[in-house]
Amino acid sequence: MSRRHRRGGRVSLPIPVLALAIVAVVFFALPLVGLLWRAPWSSSWSYLTDDDSLTALRLSMVCSLWATALSIVFGVPLAWLLARVDFPGRAVVRALCTLSMVLPPVVGGVALFFALGRRGIVGQYLDRWFDLRLPFTTAGVVVAQTFVAMPFLVITVEASLRQLDLRFDDASRTLGASRWYTFRRVTLPAIRPALAAGAVLAWARALGEFGATITFAGNFPGTTQTMPLAVYLALETNPEQAIILALLLIAVSFAVLVGLRDRWFRRPDHPIAMPSP
Amino acid sequence: MTLSAQIALRLGTLDLQADFGLQSGELLALLGPNGAGKSTVLRALAGLIPIDGGRIAVDDVVVDEPANGVFIEPEHRPIGFVFQDYLLFEHMTVLENVAYGLRARKTPKADARRTAHEWLERVGLNDFADQRPHALSGGQAQRAALARSLATNPRLLLLDEPLAALDAGTRGSVRRDLRRHLDTFEGMRVLVTHDPVDAYALADRVAILDAGRVVQVGTLAEVTAHPRSRYVADLVGVNLVTGVVSDGVLTTDAGARVVIADARSGSSFAVIRPQSIAIARNGGGSSVRNTWTGTIAEIDRLGDRVRIALDGQLPLIAEITVDALEALQLRPGDEIQASAKATDILVYPV
Repeated sequence: MSRRHRRGGRVSLPIPVLALAIVAVVFFALPLVGLLWRAPWSSSWSYLTDDDSLTALRLSMVCSLWATALSIVFGVPLAWLLARVDFPGRAVVRALCTLSMVLPPVVGGVALFFALGRRGIVGQYLDRWFDLRLPFTTAGVVVAQTFVAMPFLVITVEASLRQLDLRFDDASRTLGASRWYTFRRVTLPAIRPALAAGAVLAWARALGEFGATITFAGNFPGTTQTMPLAVYLALETNPEQAIILALLLIAVSFAVLVGLRDRWFRRPDHPIAMPSP
Repeated sequence: MTLSAQIALRLGTLDLQADFGLQSGELLALLGPNGAGKSTVLRALAGLIPIDGGRIAVDDVVVDEPANGVFIEPEHRPIGFVFQDYLLFEHMTVLENVAYGLRARKTPKADARRTAHEWLERVGLNDFADQRPHALSGGQAQRAALARSLATNPRLLLLDEPLAALDAGTRGSVRRDLRRHLDTFEGMRVLVTHDPVDAYALADRVAILDAGRVVQVGTLAEVTAHPRSRYVADLVGVNLVTGVVSDGVLTTDAGARVVIADARSGSSFAVIRPQSIAIARNGGGSSVRNTWTGTIAEIDRLGDRVRIALDGQLPLIAEITVDALEALQLRPGDEIQASAKATDILVYPV
């Protein structure tokens, strides 16, 4: 790994490449430094423990964990379908299901509004038949977050499913296991590292979600005002508080990335592949 | 207990039409070249591939018969399957692997573990019960896979090239172990292999599968004494000629004539041993009535013997001594005459 090069003390990199790379690092580091520079450290604790902050933080945690749970419940079967079942139009379905990764979140929020809003194609029936209104509710936040977060889990799990050796399923079936038992006892354990990575990515995405949430669910303290929304709002009223909340979000995301790094780049401990002869 | 299989199946370029049966307690080896469809036959028996036509019945229970819409899923067939590279589940211990089939059948955990322990004891792996499969050697992994598939008490055990994943050094001892364990199993066994040594050491009977057809069934001695396919003839190292006999002469499709000392007529196989073939330079003259002209395609030295491959109307392998090779100064491309006495040629009907 890179440590080896460093120990050697000699990295022959063309000067222009090195210079541009350093500019890129500075570009990413600078905003963080700016926040740290301006942070009102002396009053940070009171900002963090202030009722509004705690409410937003709690709401963010609850909603993002719900979004992660929903992403797992629906995303794993979706990934399985995309990886294992060869149906016509699969590429189109995959593109559709991962569209929200590249869509501007605000556009996603608008689309959700016209689908699930009170006048939306599905929303009007939810309202009329079940008295269920999603926009401007906490449930709406969860829906918006799930919408943007689930694709991260789906593509991670699908890639892992594709790498599995299907003959392990065969072996399981010949031992008397049903398809469902095989899925639970053979497939799921094999994709567990990818599932964990996908879930953490989806959770981080849900935690940071802003555009779709504010468009679809609005910005009501206590019901739909999550951390990112609180940061945005605080920027206008109390910039110092915004800085502290932003730093908290950054710390959480940074911890997730560092924690993921090993899973992301290292091969799993027990790849389901050929046993050593 | 019996197995009766009439398998018709198309898979890519493979056109499989294999019929065979098994008696109670018998071990049949499916022997054949790569791509003959051996593994596909096993997968069809296991239900991992549905057949297109025909019928598979285990103990008079039909498990696959497309004409009647019968297809029993693999998990409901009374089978065990040992895969070529064993496919032990790496995220489970060896014991959990062996207990897997019983757990899948809803056997209580304690019972399943007890039975699994008994099986590990039988195959000598109890010390590895709590290890992961990657801690096992190839031979141990094979025994674990065998224990895993036998733990559910199948009536038909299918083994796909169980020795192919092993290096040559351990294969012999693992084969002896396998034989010992297979001998204690009372059900029917079908073993797929491309190695006649496996078939010889392990099987009661051999079915030769060539290009999707069962071309010969019998003991290995019977099969090799009267080859009915190029594959078996090559295996035994003899020349196999196919043709139609009339008036004591067998004529091949290419028009080559082989004089034989046999009164029968009709479609026949003729076996000419390479050692029975004499080689002479053109114009050398010979009193033998069977003389064929050919070009030397290849010269292969095997110790003090030399194998000469001849191209011509009747392609042949001849075996001569090194002395003869040097006396005749043979080289690839030379045109020579090969001859064999009619009484040295074995003929039997197709």
